[in-house]
Amino acid sequence: MHIVVCIKQVPDSAQIRVHPVTNTIMRQGVPTIINPYDLFALEEALRLRDAHGGEVTVLTMGPPMAEDALRKALTYGADRAVLLTDRYFAGSDTLATSFALSQAIAKVGETFGMPDIVFTGKQTIDGDTAQVGPGIAKRLDLLQLTYVAKIASIDLDAHEITVERRSEGGMQMLKSRLPCLITMLEGTNEIRRGSLDDALRAARSQIVKWSAADAGIEDLTKCGLRGSPTVVKRVFAPTSRAEKAAQIDTTDKSLRDLADDLIAAIFTRQPALEQELAVDGGA
Amino acid sequence: MSTANRETPSPTAGRAGMKKELPEQFKDYRHVWVFIELERGQVHPVSFELLGEGRKLADKLGVELAAVVLGPPGEATWHAVAEAFAYGADLAYVIEDPLLAHYRNEPFTRAMTDLLNTYKPEILLLGATTLGRDLAGSVATTLLTGLTADCTALDVDADGSLAATRPTFGGSLLCTIYTLNYRPQMATVRPRVMAMPQRVDKPVGRVIQHKLAMAEEDVVTKILGFLPDNQSAKANLAYANVVVAGGLGLGAVENLQLVKNLARAIGAEYGCSRPLVQKGWMPADRQIGQTGKTIRPKLYIAVGISGAIQHRVGVEGADLIVAINTDPNAPIFDFAHLGIVIDAIRFLPALTEAFTRRLSPHNRDKLAS
Ligand SMILES: Cc1cc2nc3c(=O)[nH]c(=O)nc-3n(C[C@H](O)[C@H](O)[C@H](O)COP(=O)(O)OP(=O)(O)OC[C@H]3O[C@@H](n4cnc5c(N)ncnc54)[C@H](O)[C@@H]3O)c2cc1C
Repeated sequence: MHIVVCIKQVPDSAQIRVHPVTNTIMRQGVPTIINPYDLFALEEALRLRDAHGGEVTVLTMGPPMAEDALRKALTYGADRAVLLTDRYFAGSDTLATSFALSQAIAKVGETFGMPDIVFTGKQTIDGDTAQVGPGIAKRLDLLQLTYVAKIASIDLDAHEITVERRSEGGMQMLKSRLPCLITMLEGTNEIRRGSLDDALRAARSQIVKWSAADAGIEDLTKCGLRGSPTVVKRVFAPTSRAEKAAQIDTTDKSLRDLADDLIAAIFTRQPALEQELAVDGGA
Repeated sequence: MSTANRETPSPTAGRAGMKKELPEQFKDYRHVWVFIELERGQVHPVSFELLGEGRKLADKLGVELAAVVLGPPGEATWHAVAEAFAYGADLAYVIEDPLLAHYRNEPFTRAMTDLLNTYKPEILLLGATTLGRDLAGSVATTLLTGLTADCTALDVDADGSLAATRPTFGGSLLCTIYTLNYRPQMATVRPRVMAMPQRVDKPVGRVIQHKLAMAEEDVVTKILGFLPDNQSAKANLAYANVVVAGGLGLGAVENLQLVKNLARAIGAEYGCSRPLVQKGWMPADRQIGQTGKTIRPKLYIAVGISGAIQHRVGVEGADLIVAINTDPNAPIFDFAHLGIVIDAIRFLPALTEAFTRRLSPHNRDKLAS
């Protein structure tokens, strides 16, 4: 089977700093990583390939340096990597992103064989929208299986797939058809270490680089800023509350007195709470 | 939905100037819609929270607020319609069909896009739940319109456009996003981000019924079964009245017990900051914050939590925030209402004991008399 995994290179957001005066992001020196949610998708794809045979193609849209993320994916064991990179893609919102990626997936299909499954992560840690996966599914007319916790079975001959899907309040067991798009839930597996062979192969591998034209995208008005119906009008820092917390005076008090002081202060501010806690709690 | 990696991070980010007059085909898009999430006979409370927010937008625009109820034929669907009226909807668009008994992407996307194309609202709000996010992405892509995910504030500006604000850059900043030149303007909002509006008994509203142009044979994906979550094991943080949470300041996994003891004594749910989930000290469904749960309790006690912005956005809706932290300069004291600078490991047992004393049956009787 052929599986395409869409990944994204993101800044390691734990290390992002905002300039205190200008409110802009200080990106310099911030390391990049593969969006952590995408690794669950990649591992699931690798497992399916190992079980059923076939190939895993990783695909990303991003700046030239996104090649690093693809190479990393190869070290985990992906068979092929495609980088979709073009200045026309700059400023894409989710609609424009799903357009470009879906065109590239179609091209991947033409070039390397039609995918049976397209995977994405549940969401990214920088955009956090969880909307690109569904967007790709809709554009490619793939069946959409989001928040998949487990792939229970795949029947390649019958083009059938059964999955467990997280839904509100429980797990849905769904039977659907290939080809489909799956967004994997986090915590469902753990990315493998990757073998030495894979590492060597990754170092030697040629990464396929496509411009918009290479990917067969003719209508550039659907890409990047121009293809994005949404615009960011304003970026700003959250305002803080005017007053700081009222502090309990801790000088020369026993723990017991301090605890009583804090509780008294809580119930002074929220008198109705005492009754409520007395009813629910304290048992 | 505008992703955080836009190339224009400047505060005066720039395409707002491209805002033109709305194209002719979108000019008759009017009114505000809220998707009512009905699953297994229950309306997700986020739908009511959105009706509260939708009411404000509709009033500002001078238009009507409509609820969209998609469900199976029968009582549950009509009960959801009645509830939508009770929470402020002027009218409801209803599709009753057996295909809509349980959520599946295909029939719900079809039902929603048909309604949108037929009745043309200017704004559509959905909950950012697994269901809402699954549906919103498909619908927005089908209509090729803009969608802003996980908004924390919604407003309409002077010319009537939806101004949707959401965290960006890992939550360190907020951005306000517009959908230029397309309709409807779509936004999702996570549960508990907006306040629950007042419920008003037995108000009436208009109902517009519509048919689903789909048969079971047209739906590829079949539901084989449903395994409900074990309710007792599952945290219901989002809707808890009192929440106690621990952070890295607890120092060691054993000290979590101190937080759990306090929670038990006051009948609270317990939760944590993100690093505790990453360390495997607590399950992910107990994480509070931007990438965890948003909570709105009457009382929130944060223990050994520094108050990073990503944590703060998840707790700001609490009526009373109490912070226990050794560092007088911890950012949590900038938004907590009450604070105490103290070693939590020493203090928590005393606090639990003091609460237990105060709330003991003996004192409870005194309180009642
Ligand atoms: C994209 C992104 C999303 C994120 N999402 C979330 C999220 O959803 N939720 C979340 O919580 N975080 C989130 N974070 C992480 C967040 O930025 C912080 O790193 C995290 O909240 C810090 O956790 P903490 O307060 O427990 O730890 P720390 O920041 O290390 O704070 C520990 C605190 O404990 C205090 N302390 C130490 N010892 C004691 C003691 N004995 N008694 C009392 N106090 C003590 C210290 O003074 C300090 O203030 C996210 C980050 C990113 C980049």
